Amino acid sequence: MINSMFVGKTILNFFVVLFLTATSSVAAGGGDNYVKDYKFSFEGPLGSYDQNQLQRGLKVYTEICSACHGLKYVPIRTLGDEGGLGYSEDQVRAYAENYEIFDPELDDYRPAKPTDHFPEVVDAGAPDLSLMAKARAGFHGPMGTGINQFVKGIGGAEYIASLLAGYTGEEKEEFGTVFYENTAYPGRWIAMAPPLYGEDVDFDDGHSNELKYEAMDVAAFLTWAAEPKMMARKHVGLRAVLFLVLLSALLYATNKTLWAPIKKRAA
Amino acid sequence: MAGIPHDHYEPGSKGEKWLHRRLPIVGLLYDTIMLPTPKNLNWMWIWGAVLTFCLALQIITGIVLAMHYTPHVDQAFASVEHIMRNVNGGHMLRYLHANGASLFFIAVYAHIFRGLYYGSYKEPREVTWIIGMLIYVLMMATAFMGYVLPWGQMSFWGATVITGLFGAVPFVGDALQTLLLGGPAVDNATLNRFFSLHYLLPFLIAGLVIVHIWAFHTTGNNNPTGVEVRRGSKEEAEKDTVPFWPYYIIKDVFALAVIMVIFFAVVGFMPNYLGHPDNYIEANPLATPAHIVPEWYFLPFYAILRAFTADVWVVQIVSFLTGGIIDAKFFGVLAMFGAILVMAIAPWLDTSSVRSARYRPMLKLWFAILVVDFILLMWLGAMPAEEPYASLSLIASAYWFAYFLVILPLLGVLEKPLPQPMTIEEDFNKSHPKEANAGSSPTEVPAE
Repeated sequence: MINSMFVGKTILNFFVVLFLTATSSVAAGGGDNYVKDYKFSFEGPLGSYDQNQLQRGLKVYTEICSACHGLKYVPIRTLGDEGGLGYSEDQVRAYAENYEIFDPELDDYRPAKPTDHFPEVVDAGAPDLSLMAKARAGFHGPMGTGINQFVKGIGGAEYIASLLAGYTGEEKEEFGTVFYENTAYPGRWIAMAPPLYGEDVDFDDGHSNELKYEAMDVAAFLTWAAEPKMMARKHVGLRAVLFLVLLSALLYATNKTLWAPIKKRAA
Repeated sequence: MAGIPHDHYEPGSKGEKWLHRRLPIVGLLYDTIMLPTPKNLNWMWIWGAVLTFCLALQIITGIVLAMHYTPHVDQAFASVEHIMRNVNGGHMLRYLHANGASLFFIAVYAHIFRGLYYGSYKEPREVTWIIGMLIYVLMMATAFMGYVLPWGQMSFWGATVITGLFGAVPFVGDALQTLLLGGPAVDNATLNRFFSLHYLLPFLIAGLVIVHIWAFHTTGNNNPTGVEVRRGSKEEAEKDTVPFWPYYIIKDVFALAVIMVIFFAVVGFMPNYLGHPDNYIEANPLATPAHIVPEWYFLPFYAILRAFTADVWVVQIVSFLTGGIIDAKFFGVLAMFGAILVMAIAPWLDTSSVRSARYRPMLKLWFAILVVDFILLMWLGAMPAEEPYASLSLIASAYWFAYFLVILPLLGVLEKPLPQPMTIEEDFNKSHPKEANAGSSPTEVPAE
């Protein structure tokens, strides 16, 4: 009994540590960048996207980011999806017409339709933002183990918001390229000029357009762009967990009843 | 089947008799499911069922994913995004498959360490153990190739690093690496052959699983005491065992349900926790990520691979003796595969006549260190190749080899084992004393 308890504990510890070390993958960053732990509505098992925030974020993206950054994996029609921005069909169609895309069949440019994807932007040499919120981890600690991600999440949205709000105003020129100091960027010097200063966009819902809010809104929108099915996934997760807890309880009782005669050794 | 005496299938109805004369398949299934199983198995004996479930889960989700996936360097990454965004339930399928691999490895490590602690590898279960090790190696190959398929940055650079290891083999290394890659570098040919093999190997694993089960159904299960089931007669055997159905199937399904609670919580609420952010960036042969890190389940062996650098004296001696044929890089590769090999030959390295560590006070201590060592290696595998991690990796790797090559052989001689119970029944009855009024120990865990 003592022995098996020992093993039980060893094994349990083994798994706890195993699980925690599992994410130690990212030792990068070197600790010279600072990512602020912003609070987003979609955090946690029950968190969900704030539709208004996503719509505001789309506006920031459309009016500012989209000049240099594409969203090539995101179909425009998904702006109408439930659990996301939730625009009506007409609104989506109207929005699509903001973009001109090249149609190989016409061999010419035409206004985008909802079935098209957001255009890819290559001219500026800036990265595509479709998956940016999942391609950056905001939190790595402690000691690069990533254990704090259990509590904070991976932190892609926090990274984006911190980056957008993290310019110090310092700049330097190296080999003809201007770099801007940014407290959230690993290495501190980023080639992207500060895209937001605050009050860059007027929000339709009258929400404050301070820099912090613009940064958070577009970070939330990009999280949606990277993970558009998050709400569906959490619903499945929640239902599966509740169902399995119930099933486990029933199976526990079944198992106990089944083994009772063997264990009590009815004489 | 040979082994523990028990009731065999008797065809009852006319139809059953008709089939049984021609194909005794019902009898085979009956004997498999009604196998007499030691009644004192504890909760560490559930992992086999979990692993079977994992294999089925990976094959089923994998087959559906393959219906929507495009194995081409220009389209692979986009086709995964297509699965995530456009395929009905595609995001769940992919997250189940990706996290299913992690569950698979958690279960296999628990299963292997269970075997090491209770001496399940020892006579007469050596063949079961060896088959198990083959399955484990195939699992690693399958997982590695599967991780390449999404064609992200880690996919590409992981594949470059790992296939590069084969390039370290003397004389044939370059040819071997070219064969693996289908060309001079990781490219479309690599992606295609990895996809093909990633689809094939799970079925080889399934075949080996059947042989694995066949082997231990012939010898009978090990159990926490390591004492064999009495086989003098059916009556005697029945005192030590219960049939697998329903006793252990229900127990295993219960354990699986509990594990599924955690699994679905991870898949539903934090599906990218075990992944690497860089793999959401499409593969780019011109941009190397700052840190190339394999998936967590490879980290202990990755740490062993990196531990043996050119400044380690063992490496220098071996390099000198072999006239430089075994250089530091190849030494690391040998160490990595050797770390698995020494585990596979444990049945012949362990000299003790006692199976279970329960009755081996010294082994118990060394085993605990081995578990800590494994976790330490896993952590070190994710750390950059610099001090103090390099020295720690070397010490931890040395202990891994010492455990199998020195400690296991010596303990059989040095250790004084504790007295073992005569029978499984005796052990079982000790933990479940006869009670006058039933139900006075409601918290008793089944079969513990």
